[in-house]
Amino acid sequence: MTSVAEGEPLIVLDRVNKHYGPLHVLRDVSLSIDRGEVVVVIGPSGSGKSTLCRSINRLEPINGGTITFDGQPLPAEGKALARLRSDVGMVFQSFNLFAHKTILENVTLGPVKVRKRKPAEAKERAMALLDRVGIANQADKYPAMLSGGQQQRVAIARALAMDPKAMLFDEPTSALDPEMVGEVLDVMTSLAAEGMTMVVVTHEMGFARHAAKRVVFMADGQLVEQAPPAEFFANPQSDRAKDFLSKILTH
Amino acid sequence: MDLLSDPDNLDLYLTGFSWILRLTGAGALGALVLGVILAGFRVSPIPVLRGFGAAWVNTFRNTPLTLIVFFCYFGLYSTLGLELSEEIDLNNFWLGVVGLAVYTSSFVCEAIRSGINTVSAGQSEAARALGLSFFQVLRMIVLPQAARAVIAPLGSVFIALAKNATIVGTIGLAESSNAMKTLINDNGSQVILIFVIFAGTFAAFLIPTGYLFGWLANRLAVKR
Ligand SMILES: Nc1ncnc2c1ncn2[C@@H]1O[C@H](COP(=O)(O)OP(=O)(O)O)[C@@H](O)[C@H]1O
Ligand SMILES: [Mg+2]
Repeated sequence: MTSVAEGEPLIVLDRVNKHYGPLHVLRDVSLSIDRGEVVVVIGPSGSGKSTLCRSINRLEPINGGTITFDGQPLPAEGKALARLRSDVGMVFQSFNLFAHKTILENVTLGPVKVRKRKPAEAKERAMALLDRVGIANQADKYPAMLSGGQQQRVAIARALAMDPKAMLFDEPTSALDPEMVGEVLDVMTSLAAEGMTMVVVTHEMGFARHAAKRVVFMADGQLVEQAPPAEFFANPQSDRAKDFLSKILTH
Repeated sequence: MDLLSDPDNLDLYLTGFSWILRLTGAGALGALVLGVILAGFRVSPIPVLRGFGAAWVNTFRNTPLTLIVFFCYFGLYSTLGLELSEEIDLNNFWLGVVGLAVYTSSFVCEAIRSGINTVSAGQSEAARALGLSFFQVLRMIVLPQAARAVIAPLGSVFIALAKNATIVGTIGLAESSNAMKTLINDNGSQVILIFVIFAGTFAAFLIPTGYLFGWLANRLAVKR
């Protein structure tokens, strides 16, 4: 193994470019995320936050630049790519739990089929994770029977079951009713406190202030500025960031 | 001799429909296997496979079945010497099965593909993000959820297949429509009765088949 040492960068994006046809969605984005670091990505809608997040596990291939994870360039395809993805947990805005599988099956599928764990072992671990996110008593239900907040907590447990080296969250609370946002953020905050490496696209400023080590601000596909949350919120440098913060903080 | 009491007539009738049954069964199996593979091709990340799947569907879906069955007989067998059985009847049967399966697979493929399109992209993205391979995603996540939307159209495809099986009569197999022709030649005064019996037999099998597929589709639609 060529794993990077503690404190060294786990995820490194170097001059990453991405186009959708004529649309230039990521422009020379360079970003380095240390092991155990929590980075919050904010920016206006359409600025490329999701694309950035999805490029890290290659759900979106990039057109230029390089991304390395744990010291290795992202594999282009096949088994190596699948292995990389299994090490990077992903939580989606719309939960994306497998609709035809029970909550428990959702959480055990990856460990059994990808990690080749024994079903009994995977089940025990899954139940512990579901217990941790407060859903253990719903293990035999189907996703559609759960509230949004519950589904998202299951989605986090499903990702954790793979023992990922990093977790990507793409607006994990944006599809939730306001009263359910807290329960999901609580789980994420405890993960952050435990030292999980996290990239979180979110507009939850409370979470950014309390859990993030760094805030990254994006606009028009560019990484405009980055700073520790206290510094960024108190004293944004760019006009774009000032403008954006004035819009989201006034209500 | 009366149409209904002559045992030879009963024999013709039964033989005819047993061929139809066998053509339909073997054809459906072949078409299902081919159709699933082709649908996999059509949604695969590999451009060559996608192209092959599209070409297959467009070719065979838009060629009259009679032509395809003729090609199996005159092309594969008479010209290229592909003999699928030493017995003439069985050879014609298997050539017919090949034609029916190839033709029907294009419809099966499209039914499955449109079913796959009803499964949201987020489902396969979440599965890929876990590290599942393309085949695992297709088999464990996408196809089971597509099945709900596929069952009903697949029922129509198989019903069409059962009726299309009569076309294999054109290459000499004594299936139902050939049996009917023989009976009409011998019993010119009872044409209407013969038609009613043969059409009624198809209906007696196919109407319940339609209901069965409808019931299956409903059952799968509820179970989530
Ligand atoms: N699959 C796609 N095809 C074409 N354009 C896309 C696609 N996905 C995103 N885009 C475009 O790329 C830009 C960035 O999108 P996205 O990364 O989703 O932004 P954000 O998450 O910051 O709202 C937007 O203009 C969006 O319309
Ligand atoms: Mg987004």
